[in-house]
Amino acid sequence: MAKNQHPTPMLDELENGPWPSFISGIKRLRDEHPDARIQGVSNDLLGQLEHSYETRKGYWKGGTVSVFGYGSGIIPRFSEVAKAFPESREFHTVRVQPPAGNFYTTDILRQLTDSWEKYGSGLITFHGQTGNAMFIGVNTENTQHFFDEINEYGFDLGGAGPCVRTGMSCVGAARCEQSCANEQRIHRTLLNRFTDDVHRPSLPYKFKFKVSGCPNDCVNSIERSDFAVIGTWRDDMKIDQAEVKAFVEKKGRDYVIDNVTSRCPTACMTLNDDDTLTVDNKNCVRCMHCLNVMPKALSPGDDKGVSILVGGKRTLKIGDLMGTVIVPFMKLETEEDYEQLTELAENIIEFWAENGLEHERCGEMIERIGLVNFLKGMGLEADPNMVNHPRQSSYIRMDEFDEAAEQYLRRKMEERQKRAGAN
Amino acid sequence: MSQAQAMRPPIESGCPDGFQYMHPLMRRNFGMWKWHDHPRPGVLRHVAESGETIWTVKAGTQRILDVFTLRKLCDIGDQFADGYVRFTIRSNIEYMVADEAKVDPLIKALEDAGFVVGGTANSVSMISHTQGWLHCDIPGTDASGVVKAMMDELIDEFRNCNMPNRVHITTSCCQINCGGQGDIAINVQHTKPPKINHDLVANVCERPSVVARCPVAAIRPALVNGKPSLEVDEKKCICCGACYPPCPPMQINDAEHTKLAIWVGGNHSNARGKPTFQKLVASGIPNNPPRWPEATAIVKKILKTYKEDAKDWERINDWIERIGWPDFFEKTGLPFTRFHIENWRGARNSLNASTHIRF
Repeated sequence: MAKNQHPTPMLDELENGPWPSFISGIKRLRDEHPDARIQGVSNDLLGQLEHSYETRKGYWKGGTVSVFGYGSGIIPRFSEVAKAFPESREFHTVRVQPPAGNFYTTDILRQLTDSWEKYGSGLITFHGQTGNAMFIGVNTENTQHFFDEINEYGFDLGGAGPCVRTGMSCVGAARCEQSCANEQRIHRTLLNRFTDDVHRPSLPYKFKFKVSGCPNDCVNSIERSDFAVIGTWRDDMKIDQAEVKAFVEKKGRDYVIDNVTSRCPTACMTLNDDDTLTVDNKNCVRCMHCLNVMPKALSPGDDKGVSILVGGKRTLKIGDLMGTVIVPFMKLETEEDYEQLTELAENIIEFWAENGLEHERCGEMIERIGLVNFLKGMGLEADPNMVNHPRQSSYIRMDEFDEAAEQYLRRKMEERQKRAGAN
Repeated sequence: MSQAQAMRPPIESGCPDGFQYMHPLMRRNFGMWKWHDHPRPGVLRHVAESGETIWTVKAGTQRILDVFTLRKLCDIGDQFADGYVRFTIRSNIEYMVADEAKVDPLIKALEDAGFVVGGTANSVSMISHTQGWLHCDIPGTDASGVVKAMMDELIDEFRNCNMPNRVHITTSCCQINCGGQGDIAINVQHTKPPKINHDLVANVCERPSVVARCPVAAIRPALVNGKPSLEVDEKKCICCGACYPPCPPMQINDAEHTKLAIWVGGNHSNARGKPTFQKLVASGIPNNPPRWPEATAIVKKILKTYKEDAKDWERINDWIERIGWPDFFEKTGLPFTRFHIENWRGARNSLNASTHIRF
């Protein structure tokens, strides 16, 4: 087993210290795994990594590898130093879509592990930054075999390249009282509507869906996804005054004033003299802070739905962008509601596919053409919830203002009538 | 033909159904949870309207799991938990159990096997990170190594909940910043323009798309030694490395000049204020494998200052907003330079157009 092991003095340093070491794990594959193939791959992988540590450079290059019928889902990696490290010469990653919320049984993890051990390096990450289960290190031929095997028991590849990418959702309604949405259904409805766009890259660039059950946004959807769906509610938050009193008694009035009422961004809470809370719900922006501090006493309301923000992304190329509100509130209960959600996503992707430049994210396109033109393309009406404040510059042509104003007032009247009718 | 027959068409099943892998207690109470609390670091208790309770034990791992480690995690799940797990977006593993009596033995089993229980509430959670030299095609550093070295020193902050609020740290191996926004981010920062391998450009790169990729239009096609290549206007170049992924001969990574920078105050949550992006606080930090001590020292200094100075529930961005940036630099001892001032078109929003000044 000790055949020509590459010395790894620098990597050995990463075996020190109390945090679990990924280097020790790879070494164990090299030293203790029964399969000579995995031993050899691990040894050369360590060798190449040590070489990177010594020279402070990476030595993987991309290429084109896919499975039959797909154009995406594999991250090809070919070693540039394969002469010295031949057994990890081809070291592709297979991106596999996890279920929303990243749930697994130990049985299914074992099954995936067994399949991976047959064909791959034996290294897996749960999960990559996009949200895929990352099966790291497989040669071109085995890529297909591994995929065939796991695909038979229900797993499919994620996206890679200019396509719809694997989505990400928080733990959500499965375990969290703050959740205002069915993340499982939203996630699967959206992602599986675009299966073709996941597997066959033909968009300007990547497009990511993320779903958070509440505005705590535990999956960073505003900052990291092109299409963020975030649970919220529009009626009054629920207050259990007995629990409020119990909390005040336990923590003291000063604590509650300093950490709950004073931290409310819209000053909509009052701690009353009798240790109950009053909330001006009209001014609550659903920031979640008070619910986070007092989860027993305060809960989301019953009239739940989602807010949708579009255009978030990381730095390349024009700098970081956050998503912008394009739908302040959407109910998600009936089939029709979900169809409306899917239709919105379809319209956005279609519009962006037509109007986005090569390698331009949806948010970058919106910045280039302006939110107003994007809304027009989507058939969405301007809403004051979409902006922090109205325009500051007078340099705009406004000869159609009267018509737009009239439309707005008519729409508002119709909304009022609709509400009155519903009541 | 025979080959076409041999190929198996994919089943385009897409994202699998999560309910099949969910703890039955969670399935039963889906969408009907009432409250939760945090009995001790690393443990969450969620109570449903039905009165049923699920206990979650969270543990940190090395993230890049070998099959031995993954099977060990499964063994622990079978022997000490109910066989249901999930992974957080920071790659911590969570075991859900329906019986409180299982919590302590589960924690012990995890700790005995070398995993680290913690990462909940106002702790420093696992650093979310990118791939690095182990697998990426454009990395300036090895995020996995940086994270391992840093978590060795932050492990007590992972195990305990001594911070004013939760701390999310991220790392990224290039300036695209796949690691995302964090309370603290340790990211590659290139400091010199790419060195171009002119012999390879014509064969490897689609030149117009490389030209189009540059955020500051510093790249143009050129004929070098009689071969079609590219040239970089080095006065304009911002050394971002955006040209490198589509064109590997644009060598941006450099053993000496690829550095690390540290950013603070990124916050994805809408709690209290609106979400925020991280801001530059330190740069020029050597990219120093195998343990990157200089970067860790700065992170620890920022964390110590935050821990001592921030009030309960303040995330790092909330804290700095209250005390002001001058005090942040004063208290951390980090130098403030002209490089901390933005000078692009949107910069005006970040300048102080007021007399709000702390003395």
